[in-house]
Amino acid sequence: MPPSAVLILGVGNEWRGDDAIGVLLARRLRERAPPGVEVKEHSGEGAGLMEEWVGHDAVIILDAVRSGSPPGTIHRLDASREAIPSRFFHASSHAFSVAEAVELSRALGALPEVVLLYGIEGREFAAGAGLSEEVRMGGAVVLEEVMALIESHAGRLAVKSRTGTGTGSASRS
Amino acid sequence: MRTRTVRVDYLARVEGEGAFHIKVKDNRVVDSKFRIFEPPRFFEAFLRGRRFEEAPDITARICGICPIAYQSSSVQAMEEICGVKVAGPLRDLRRLIYCGEWIESHVLHVYMLHLPDFLGYEDAIRLAKDHPDAVKRGLRLKKLGNDLVRVLGGREIHPINMRVGGFYRTPSRKEFETFLPELEWAREAALETIRLVSHLEFPKFERDYEFVSLRHGDEYPMNEGRLVSNKGLDIPLSEYFDHFEERHVSHSNALQSVLKARGAYHVGPLARYNLNFDRLFPSVQQAARDAGLAETCRNPFQSIIVRSVETLQAVEEAVRIIEGYQPPETPAVRVQPREGVGHGCTEAPRGICFHRYRIDSKGIIRDARIIPPTSQNQVTIEEDLLDLVSTKLALPQEKLTWLCEQAIRNYDPCISCATHFLKLTVEQVT
Repeated sequence: MPPSAVLILGVGNEWRGDDAIGVLLARRLRERAPPGVEVKEHSGEGAGLMEEWVGHDAVIILDAVRSGSPPGTIHRLDASREAIPSRFFHASSHAFSVAEAVELSRALGALPEVVLLYGIEGREFAAGAGLSEEVRMGGAVVLEEVMALIESHAGRLAVKSRTGTGTGSASRS
Repeated sequence: MRTRTVRVDYLARVEGEGAFHIKVKDNRVVDSKFRIFEPPRFFEAFLRGRRFEEAPDITARICGICPIAYQSSSVQAMEEICGVKVAGPLRDLRRLIYCGEWIESHVLHVYMLHLPDFLGYEDAIRLAKDHPDAVKRGLRLKKLGNDLVRVLGGREIHPINMRVGGFYRTPSRKEFETFLPELEWAREAALETIRLVSHLEFPKFERDYEFVSLRHGDEYPMNEGRLVSNKGLDIPLSEYFDHFEERHVSHSNALQSVLKARGAYHVGPLARYNLNFDRLFPSVQQAARDAGLAETCRNPFQSIIVRSVETLQAVEEAVRIIEGYQPPETPAVRVQPREGVGHGCTEAPRGICFHRYRIDSKGIIRDARIIPPTSQNQVTIEEDLLDLVSTKLALPQEKLTWLCEQAIRNYDPCISCATHFLKLTVEQVT
């Protein structure tokens, strides 16, 4: 079976505080995603991620980040159009993770046509910690935004790269 | 007084967070500290009170890169206590999943983490732009390792299928057959990897290490053996604590392990290779010789060649096991708990991973000790840097820092097993 056109990857470790948000969002999105949109949970191990997006036209990555912004901040990046800023590297304990996987795919000419990254700034990444309130709220915004995006998309997805806490401008082009 | 400081916010391309501080006074290195500041994780404490069957699943969580090492050492210890011997195809499958872990871990380190150092790239992304075929080869090899772990472990990160007594489920022959063509490709790819890294330029640097590894009667060490060294150590696992001790130092949250009699020691690929060259497959020995590697290698920078040689060994071993595989009648032998103490030691990609447990007659863990490989290499890493900086003080700051980072990566430190991000500081006081 050929891969679906759109792949959503919820990245993280559900047992490490706010790092769970990507995985939790993937579970919510799986219940609501229309046919043709595949939703997967992923540990964030880089080489595995690169395998996941082979053959897909568009990939939406949902992950917690640690870049120094206030907790709950939503970072929207159109990685198909711009490089992921270096502050997003090393957000996980993996030596080779999401940002490196995207940039390595780009260097090898193996990046899907559209790669959108939603990074939610985390507060607490300790083992066994629950989700912080800020990240839970940020996650709710991202959930609705991604749903709006995939429901409205007509073969092409895009987000305007920006950083903030409020509702973003999901758009199609 | 003039102070010169070299600082790297964090050392990329290692697993975890830590720091390094070198103090230079009157052109002499007076102090070198490898600091690990990730908070302690208390795995040994929260294993107490849990059932003995839970040890492989709990300890697999210590590391996302080498969970098989933790699972393998813990089941070995529990099986010793319960008087169970896992043999035949089940033992082969345990070795096969370990091959998968070696391949994925070694290849990640060789191509993504260490190779950029030698070729002058800041990271694998920049390396990939100029050498796409090499990076693609690395990624495909790594995927093969991941796939072996997934088919036997249930998933590739924190696998869940290994249990005390065997596995929860064993694959059919058919599930393995698809691996053979890819393993044939991998054999060539591993040879190509050895050729590639053997032509790198290596700093001239050797030390008189005490190498410590497992040694088995007829296998290259992986999941069973006695503990041996090149300086006379030859002991069963049960005597580990008679010869080794862990020290707490104020600058590190990870305990440092030393030999009581002689201090620092060196574990990992170089140790295994030097102590077990005769246990490599003849074809792998030949590949090592062809790469210009002698039977003993004391230059830690050449560990990248040895990792590549061990990758070939793991590929050959995987082929051997899969070709001869007959599914076992049951996925696990029956295990009844009994009171006692047991030891497990297996070769994680980065060195020996030692476990000791005491359980009661009901199978409850009363005491647990786990010595990860990186804590065993900590003192050796500090001594390497001390020696290296002492001889390279004339180098400009930037080159010295680069060389130090490269030297730390010689050990493929899995600081996550013990720590996170590494900060490097060279302070020069004159």
